[in-house]
Amino acid sequence: MSKNKSEYLINRHDNQYEVVIGLEVHAQVSSQSKLFSTSSTKFGAEPNTQVSLVDAAFPGMLPVINEYCVKQAIKTGIGLKAKINKRSIFDRKNYFYADLPQGYQISQFKDPIVGEGKVILDMPDGQKEVGIERLHLEQDAGKSIHDLDPKNTFVDLNRSGVALMEIVSKPDLRSPDEVNAYIKKLRSIMRYLGTCDGNMQEGSLRADVNVSVRKKGSKDFGTRCEIKNVNSIKFMQMAIEYEANRQVDLIEDGQKIDQETRLFDTKKNETRSMRSKEDAHDYRYFPDPDLLPLEVSDDFIENLKSEIPELPDEKKKRFIEKFKLSPYEANILVSDIETSNYFENVIKKSDVKLATNWIIGELFAALNEKNLEITESPISAGNLSKLINLIKDGTISGKIAKTVFEQMMEGDKDPKKIVEEKGLKQESDPKALEALIDKVIDDNRDKATEYKSGKVKLFGFFVGQVMKVSGGKANPQLVNEILKKKL
Amino acid sequence: MSDITIQSLSLLVENIKSKKLSSSEVTKAFVDRSEKSKELNAYITEDYANALNKAKMFDEKPNLDLKLPGIPMAVKDLFCTKDLRTTAGSKILNNFVPTYESTVTQNIWNEGAILMGKLNCDEFAMGSSNETSFFGNVQNPIDKNLVPGGSSGGSSSAVAAQLTPITIGTDTGGSIRQPASFTGTVGLKPTYGSCSRYGIVAFASSLDQAGPMAQNVKDCALLQEVISTYDEKDSTSIDFKRNEYSKELTKNIKGKKIGIPKEYRVDGMPKEIEDLWKKGIEYAKDCGAEIIDISLPHTNYALPTYYIVAPAEASSNLARYDGVKYGFRAEGENLIDMYEKTRSEGFGAEVQRRIMIGTYVLSSGYYDAYYLKAQKVRKLIKNDFDDAYKKVDAILTPSTPSSAFKIGEKTNDPVSMYLNDIFTVPVNLAGLPGISIPAGHDARGYPLGLQIIGRAFDEQNILNIAYAMEEKINFKNNITDWWIK
Repeated sequence: MSKNKSEYLINRHDNQYEVVIGLEVHAQVSSQSKLFSTSSTKFGAEPNTQVSLVDAAFPGMLPVINEYCVKQAIKTGIGLKAKINKRSIFDRKNYFYADLPQGYQISQFKDPIVGEGKVILDMPDGQKEVGIERLHLEQDAGKSIHDLDPKNTFVDLNRSGVALMEIVSKPDLRSPDEVNAYIKKLRSIMRYLGTCDGNMQEGSLRADVNVSVRKKGSKDFGTRCEIKNVNSIKFMQMAIEYEANRQVDLIEDGQKIDQETRLFDTKKNETRSMRSKEDAHDYRYFPDPDLLPLEVSDDFIENLKSEIPELPDEKKKRFIEKFKLSPYEANILVSDIETSNYFENVIKKSDVKLATNWIIGELFAALNEKNLEITESPISAGNLSKLINLIKDGTISGKIAKTVFEQMMEGDKDPKKIVEEKGLKQESDPKALEALIDKVIDDNRDKATEYKSGKVKLFGFFVGQVMKVSGGKANPQLVNEILKKKL
Repeated sequence: MSDITIQSLSLLVENIKSKKLSSSEVTKAFVDRSEKSKELNAYITEDYANALNKAKMFDEKPNLDLKLPGIPMAVKDLFCTKDLRTTAGSKILNNFVPTYESTVTQNIWNEGAILMGKLNCDEFAMGSSNETSFFGNVQNPIDKNLVPGGSSGGSSSAVAAQLTPITIGTDTGGSIRQPASFTGTVGLKPTYGSCSRYGIVAFASSLDQAGPMAQNVKDCALLQEVISTYDEKDSTSIDFKRNEYSKELTKNIKGKKIGIPKEYRVDGMPKEIEDLWKKGIEYAKDCGAEIIDISLPHTNYALPTYYIVAPAEASSNLARYDGVKYGFRAEGENLIDMYEKTRSEGFGAEVQRRIMIGTYVLSSGYYDAYYLKAQKVRKLIKNDFDDAYKKVDAILTPSTPSSAFKIGEKTNDPVSMYLNDIFTVPVNLAGLPGISIPAGHDARGYPLGLQIIGRAFDEQNILNIAYAMEEKINFKNNITDWWIK
């Protein structure tokens, strides 16, 4: 057994295997136009309506770098605490495919725009640092559509030339859970920065997953296989589990692992060989002579640094220090920028502790049930903060607040109005409460006698009765006090 | 009317501006002569009816403030021209009609010139004799059996034969200067980054440069003034202060220091080339220039370096001609089969050879030994020139190691063909401007050219030296119109 409860190991006979994972994440740069042309990048347009002469590689057409995409890549680099390379070079990666009009992809090979950096993961048993090897800019290819016609393949070039950031991690990940946390953290950082929308359904974020296994304690890396183009976290985790077990089985069987590129079949939940090392493409990388080396000045980088918002790690630290949140609460609230914005808007005018509980508890559950994002929340931050104030100042009880909350979920109504309209205001008038309590004691004489003779547990019964008779509106604190006196 | 086509560009402009001639008269004269000169095979695509129409429209509303008012002109078929077929001399683009215009040609039309048609060239500008064109050989107006040089062979032939008053070519390793030398005309390869590459079918991107070809230096200067502009659409275009080359042209080159590189005395160079060079030195001295012996020590490596860099870039640049999007497509069983058939049938032998060489030198395991080393040598060659320009203002060399050769003479010997570029290639590798001017004849009466190489962005200086020497040389081309029946 492992001493660390979150350690992910594969056991076979007497052997324990550790899984070593590195990711190459392809993140689509959020930008209006493509990396080297002015065509739109908008998702979901009619096929081949967002294609310039450059994207379709017409004779004599030349790429011109989109400065905005360069800024986005550098910002992302800053967010990954990475080294920004003041000089980087665009290379051509040569291969033939129908959806690659130029016959080469413009990418960065030897000299990427961003060098080494790191990402901090919050795992159940503590923090883990994952190294970033590099980040480079490259063009996306078009899309081949094979299922529209029995004989022909159709090509949609709308994606052709869209800017991607390839973010290469070091082989620092050790489990599907860490991969999950890593992707979510990367996504969160980029969404904070506004450099990638992280929308996996639309293909804005996908990854090549490198997997190898080794006996626990070994320092050497095993032979790795690369699983290409996996487009959801769940599939990445499934692919890793399958692939790691496949490799362990091979080793246990005395067989060799071939270094190869594999595909994950989501229907069969298995990885399949795509091409071996021998069949690997020779991409004939060389510097693109149509583009000069990309040079950025210190000022350019400093200006971008000044535009960087507070990122999740720093925000988390602040939430813990300033608002006394637990690390768990802080993690949840900073995980995406919209949630943290919502939270900060709510606590502008209301109690932090209550707000934290209501957002993480009631609101998240309600949104989940309706399958809504925080940005689509029917309850605005302002109204949630009003609701919390109604609880705080004793106007309504926590229990009544839940009823009010449910009504607010039906449409963003002012909780004060709901309380007024439905007469849900808490009864805090001692005289009115005394009358109520007298009646309850009167009606339950026998139980009152039992209480007095020592059956103190019955106190709860009386509180419940008072609340029931008041329709839940009685101020529980006052009810307690008065009951104690009267009984 | 027949005296119109013998006029220089400068004279035609003057005559149109002073209304002695109309654009229609001039255009008709060049169209008529072009029609009578089909045997030269200088044109790939003719656009005469449109040209005459445009000339008529110009005459109806003449704008005489333009630099090329109503001047008809045919251009090398490597420049994309909107709505007019652009083939690059290849079967693979046989049916390709661009929807866009190259920056260089757009600059020309903006100054009032009129397109007459597209001129023959070696396939994708790969060749030194115009024999690799899918559209057949071009004949040199000097002699029926001679090549006009290449790759801008249609351009040189058309200017020498006066089918167009002036033209533009492209020069990757000598493709303007060598054909100019073979036809007794003037050709300028500008500094890399001077003329936009936007809309020019790419051969080798780090070497390709468009430039003017003309009957004389002054016309060349005027056209350079028109075509050289900074262009944001070409990332390698350079934003420097461009002269009004024709206005600032002067024959006063007194005290200019002209270097003579000893490494250009190559083994087996014909005596007449040696003599021409000596004569050139004397002419330069006569003009008041100071002659200084210099050394460009890495000259020997220029040709092998070029034949690694250029094919490497070409192999990648030509990958887009795959039958998928435009141009020629051969049917195939599947995608790979379609690629193979399209490219085997669509490209000629020389283009295929260079794609093979380029693919090889970029392959993993060979990249360092060939491509990377070639890039290092390229830097050394550039350094040679930088060192030389500490001592001199320009460099004088022969343009080619021989006069024009016979059609078919070198087609089966690519290396001997490549050797033709030996004096021109270093200039492209260093990104410098170079001009070839006609300077004499060999024993058979074939023209020979001298090359003047300048500092980067110093086109004005080499144009001035060429202008001064041109007067001393007083070259006359022996053209008999043998092809006109």
